Amino acid sequence: MKKIHLEQIDGKSTGYMGLIALLGVFVLGAIGSMLYMEHEGHWVSGMDNQIVWGLPHVFAVFLIVAASGALNVASISSVFQKKIYKPLAPLSTLVAIALLSGGLMILVLDLGRPDRLIVAMTYYNFKSIFAWNMILYNGFFLIVGVYAWLMLDRTVKQYSRYAGIAAFVWRLALTTGTGSIFGFLVARSGYDMAMMAPMFVIMSFSFGLAFFILVLLASYKGTGRPLGDVVVNRLRSLLGTFVFATLYFVIVYHLSNLYATEHHGYESFILLGENGGETYSNIFWIGQILLGSLLPIAMIYAPGVKNCRKTLAVASILVVLGGFAAMYTIIIAGQAYPLEMFPGMEVISSTFFDGATTQYSASLPELLLGLGGMAVTLIMIALGIKVLGFLPATLEDSVADPHHKAE
Amino acid sequence: MSNSDVNISRRSFVEKSATAAAALTIAPGMFLHTVAEAKPADQAVSSAVRWGMLIDTAKCASGCTACVSACNTENGIASHDRPRTDQQWIRKVTLRDKQTKHEISLPMLCQHCEKPPCVDVCPTGASFKRDDGIVLVDRHICIGCRYCMMACPYKARSFAHETVDATVDHQPRGKGTVESCTMCVHRVDEGGTPACVEACSEAEHGAMIFGDIKNPDSEISKQLLKHGGKQIRADLGLNTGVRYRGI
Repeated sequence: MKKIHLEQIDGKSTGYMGLIALLGVFVLGAIGSMLYMEHEGHWVSGMDNQIVWGLPHVFAVFLIVAASGALNVASISSVFQKKIYKPLAPLSTLVAIALLSGGLMILVLDLGRPDRLIVAMTYYNFKSIFAWNMILYNGFFLIVGVYAWLMLDRTVKQYSRYAGIAAFVWRLALTTGTGSIFGFLVARSGYDMAMMAPMFVIMSFSFGLAFFILVLLASYKGTGRPLGDVVVNRLRSLLGTFVFATLYFVIVYHLSNLYATEHHGYESFILLGENGGETYSNIFWIGQILLGSLLPIAMIYAPGVKNCRKTLAVASILVVLGGFAAMYTIIIAGQAYPLEMFPGMEVISSTFFDGATTQYSASLPELLLGLGGMAVTLIMIALGIKVLGFLPATLEDSVADPHHKAE
Repeated sequence: MSNSDVNISRRSFVEKSATAAAALTIAPGMFLHTVAEAKPADQAVSSAVRWGMLIDTAKCASGCTACVSACNTENGIASHDRPRTDQQWIRKVTLRDKQTKHEISLPMLCQHCEKPPCVDVCPTGASFKRDDGIVLVDRHICIGCRYCMMACPYKARSFAHETVDATVDHQPRGKGTVESCTMCVHRVDEGGTPACVEACSEAEHGAMIFGDIKNPDSEISKQLLKHGGKQIRADLGLNTGVRYRGI
């Protein structure tokens, strides 16, 4: 294995500038949306007193979960000492930080009082998993930032493994915390399950890696740098494993719910679309299961596509879209299903929609806010690889493959 | 002892007896309003009391919304004719037993749990419980994340989705924060009764009793001892301060 050379990209091409400009437009759209929603109040969004977390949260939680997963490549390199992933470890830290930044931006801008961010940073209720998450997010930036520095600065490189181990432990805690935001909600049928935490961890592996693969393929194609099949195929089979593992967790989650009679109502809502759950059921089956899980698995393991980059790119896009569908199902459908306050009773009338399924439809400002968060992520990555040498100059097989033998 | 002495004593006895009988007759009704003794303003809230409510669904009239109107007036809650995003601190719900078809009507409001999930999840501590059991939102440090609304089993909380126009001095409210029933804490601290309870009594339904559930001599404690009072979603173990009869 030859020495890896990390090198900044030029970042002067029209394509690069055009990309930054386009992403900038999306960021402006998000800022405009935020100002509109804050000025008018949240009633102009699709959210209400029944669906309190809407599309912005779908984007935000997806990006936060993916952030932790994008760090996989670096973890496998540092913690598990797999040399093939080593050249990609710095890029992995950049993508992780960028994803978390985009996700948190959305979360903060959707607050009822985003101007009180300082309050959120100075008042802590340590019984709240949400407060713990704020510490975990800030710590993630710090630890992964230090980890990236230790990898990029040759004078301190020998310490990078320790930072890598710390980052690995921290990101597991972070996704456990994110999953627990939902797992700890005792009153709602769709949540209240400790399994939410490990399910979010395994989802992060899958969504984060899919996003990382897309960044890798796009940046090497965009810069015309050589990218060998060995690295790409290793990532391909890793993604296949993670998508399988995620699907397994989703199946166990629903089986557990199906066993408990009290959750039958929720399961028939999600799985069969009963009680006004048609849309949510379709998003689950078509989005999360068919497009987001089964199709990518078929595309990854199908014979004859072993070295096909396009198939891998499409499979990764599907995993990302499936990730959004999964978050939509968990966050939106979980709230849309009515709270069971009076077992054995039916609600005849209520001014507050008790016992009624909520049909949520996102507004344009919410969509723009979510897309703006993604744009922030992509801008950070694009600028990051221009300013610092995150991207190896070449990843052709003779460089990247530790077992490569010169012919 | 002379005859006149006897007569005076007899008259005095009759008068005193009549007064006592009148007091005994009126007192339970009086207690609905006066059980809450005013605490001096400089004295901290004490856990020696726990404010609670007992709601009798048999007395709660279907179609009557006196409690809701009183709450809205008292706390300056105005509708924007957008029911999905309007704030509601108290609402009327009509329920029917799936098996027996028996219908009941009841007001739903913050249940003022002893172990409130909203307080557990609030990242900044804006959701808090006073020592006397009243659960409140400190709207100066609420960041509007709505996690408490996700956590509340009773959908008791509303988000201020738009500018709040009709604020009243004792109830500062504002766009972008979460709010819910305060059990009319401003009245209670001055020895008063929540507006909804008062309105229910004035409407001659008397379906709501307010008082200190730690004081065995309070009307609410006596009623709870005699008839019991169920919690909504008792399975969650939250020990609610609001109890119901007939659910």
